[in-house]
Amino acid sequence: MATVHSDQRSATAALAEAPVLAPGHSYGSITDKISSIVLTKGTSRGWLFGLAISFMLVQVFLVSVVYLIARGVGIWGINVPVGWGFAIVIFVWWVGIGHAGTLISAVLLLLNQSWRTSINRFAEAMTLFAVVCAGMYPLLHLGRIWLFYWLMPIPNTMGIWPQFRSPLLWDVFAVSTYMTVSFLFWYTGLIPDLATLRDRAQNRFGKVTYGILSFGWRGSARHWRRFDAAYLLLAGIATPLVVSVHTVVGFDFAMSIIPGWHNTLFPPYFVAGAIYSGFAMVLTLAIPLRAAYGLQDFITDRHLENMAKVMLATSLMVSYGYVMEVFFGFYSANTYEEYLTRNRMVGPYAPAFWSLILCNVLTPQLLWFRAIRLSPVLLWCIAIVANIGMWLERFVIVITSLHRDFLPSSWGMFYPTFWDWSTYIGTIGVFFFLLFLFIRFLPVISIFEMRELLHKSEEEHHHD
Amino acid sequence: MPQIFHPSMNTISRASIFGAAFILAGVGGFIWLIFRSSYTTQVGVVRPQPVEFSHEHHVSGLGIDCRYCHTSVETSSFAGIPPTATCMTCHSQIWTDSPKLEVVRASYRTGESIPWTRVHDLPDFAYFDHSIHVAKGVGCVSCHGRVDEMPLMWRAKTLHMEWCVDCHRNPEPHIRPRDKVFSMEPLPAPPAPERDAEPGASNVAIDLMQAHQIASETNCSVCHH
Repeated sequence: MATVHSDQRSATAALAEAPVLAPGHSYGSITDKISSIVLTKGTSRGWLFGLAISFMLVQVFLVSVVYLIARGVGIWGINVPVGWGFAIVIFVWWVGIGHAGTLISAVLLLLNQSWRTSINRFAEAMTLFAVVCAGMYPLLHLGRIWLFYWLMPIPNTMGIWPQFRSPLLWDVFAVSTYMTVSFLFWYTGLIPDLATLRDRAQNRFGKVTYGILSFGWRGSARHWRRFDAAYLLLAGIATPLVVSVHTVVGFDFAMSIIPGWHNTLFPPYFVAGAIYSGFAMVLTLAIPLRAAYGLQDFITDRHLENMAKVMLATSLMVSYGYVMEVFFGFYSANTYEEYLTRNRMVGPYAPAFWSLILCNVLTPQLLWFRAIRLSPVLLWCIAIVANIGMWLERFVIVITSLHRDFLPSSWGMFYPTFWDWSTYIGTIGVFFFLLFLFIRFLPVISIFEMRELLHKSEEEHHHD
Repeated sequence: MPQIFHPSMNTISRASIFGAAFILAGVGGFIWLIFRSSYTTQVGVVRPQPVEFSHEHHVSGLGIDCRYCHTSVETSSFAGIPPTATCMTCHSQIWTDSPKLEVVRASYRTGESIPWTRVHDLPDFAYFDHSIHVAKGVGCVSCHGRVDEMPLMWRAKTLHMEWCVDCHRNPEPHIRPRDKVFSMEPLPAPPAPERDAEPGASNVAIDLMQAHQIASETNCSVCHH
C-alpha cells in the first residue's frame, strides 16, 4: 500500500530484529500451517478436553439461566442499595474484553501496523464471543426478561416508545450495533480464507460448507479492490464504534448522581480500561494458542512484546484514572465524594480496592522490563492478573459506590450468591465453548493477510 | 478439479438473497397480525355467556336506558353488572317458565351469582374509571360500539393502550353533549376543516371541550397510578 520512505526504512530495519513473521516461510508453508489446524482429520485430545470442559460450563450457565428465569433475580445477592451486582460488573468486564479485538483489527489497520496481521483474526473472534457473553447480561438482569423487546423502538399496540434519554437504552443500541459490525468485520475478513479452505478441503462436505460460506470468492483483482475498500471502511466504522460503545457503558454510571459514579472522567477511562483488559485477554489466549498449535513463527515475540507495551500504556492511563478519582474525591470538598474515596480505601470492600491497585497499577509496571515482556510465561501471568484486576475495578466501581451513598439508613452490603458465581462461570464456559469451535472450524490466523505480509517483506528484501 | 457447485446454484443463491427479504417481511407481517388480529384483541368475537342475554332486545326492543342496569356508571369507576335482583324486577312476572332464564331463577333461589363472562376485561394494572368519561361527554357507543345491535356481547374496540392514548391525545372527535352520552346515535360528521378558518364560526367539538373542561391527560398516573 504505502511506499516505504528511505528515512523510515532504517526504523523499519531496526524493528525487524524481531520479525512479525519468522523467516523461511513461503505462501505455501503459511497456508499449510494455518489451514492444517482446521483441515486435519481427527481432533487432538487437548481440544476435545477443552471443549468438554467448556461444554459442561455451558450446562452450568443454562441451569443458572433457567433457574433465574423460574425464580427471579432474587436468587442473586443483589438488594436494595446494591441493585446492580455481578450482572453489571461482569457485563462491563466482558464488553471491555471485547474491545481489544476491534482495536487490533480496526485501529491497527488504520495505523498500518503490520504486527496486527497474525493476531487480528482470533482477537476479532474473541470480541465476538465476549460480546455474546456480555450481551446476555443486560437481558438476564431484567426482572422480566420476556419483555426485553420493549427496549427496542418497535411500533406497538401500547403507543409508547423507549426512553431515549437513558444510557441503558443507548447500551441496547451500542452493544447490538457493536456486535453486528464486529461480526461483519470478522466475516468480511474471513471470506478469502474460507475460499482457501474450500480449495484445500479433502472431502466433499468441507468443500461445500466452506464453498457456501465463502460466497464464491475467486480472488480476482476486482474482488480484491472492493474487498480492500470495504475492509478499510469497516475499520473506519469500527474505530469510533469501539470508543463510543464503551463510552456508553461508562455513561451507565457517569450519567447517574451517585458519588463514585457521577464522574466525567469515566468515558475515556473506561475505554482505556477496556483496551487494557482486552489486550490482557488476547495475551491470555494467544500464549497458550501459539504453544499448543506451534504458531511461534506467526505469533512471534515481537507480537507479545507489542501487546505488552499496549497493556503497559493503557495500564498507565487507567492508573491516571484512579489517581484522578482519589484527587477529585478530596478536591471536590464534597462530603459524599470524600467519604466514598475513604470508604473505598478503608471500608468493608477495601481488600477489593487494594487488590485492584496491586493488579492494575503495580503489577503492569513489570512490563517496563524487556526481559519480562519477552517471557511468555511471565507475560501470561501478568495478563491473568490484569484480567482479575479489571474485574475488581468494575466490582469496586459498581458495588462500593452503591452500598454506601447519601443516606446512612440505606447502607448495606453485597454478598454474591452461588448463582451469581455460577452464571459468571457459565459465561466463561460459553466463551471458551465458542472459542474452541472457532479454533477447530475456522482459521485462527488470517491466511491471506499473512501471505500479503510475506509478499511485503520479500519486496522490502528486493529493495535492499 | 471438478466443480463443487452445479450451475443451478446461481439461481438458488440469488433466490435465497431475494427470498430472505420476503421471509423477513412475512415474519414481520405475521407478528403484526398476531398482535392486531381479533384472535388477540377479541374484537368482534362473541363470548359465550351462562345466560343468552341480548342487549339488542333489551335496548332496541324495549327501550331500557343503559343506567337501568349499569347503575353505577355515572358515579363509580366500575359500571357494574346488574345483580340477579335487577333481572327479577321484570322476570319474576315475565317469561317465568322460560328455560333460557333458568340460570337466573336458580341464582335468585340460591343466592349464587350468575357467572357472567367478562368481555371488556382490562388488566388490573390499568385503572379505568367509567364515571369520569361519562361526565366529560364520552358516549357509551364510542368505546362499546352499537350495543343496542348486539344480540350477544362482543368487543367493538381493541382496548389496546394505543387506542386509549389516541383518544386522550385528541378527544375532540369523540366528545358529545352530556345529554347524548347514553344515546346510541353516532356522532355527527366532524366539522368541515374550513369552518375552523371562518372567524366567529362555532366549532361544536371545541365548545364541548371547553364546556366539559377536558384536559388531554396522557401521563402514566392517569391510568396506571
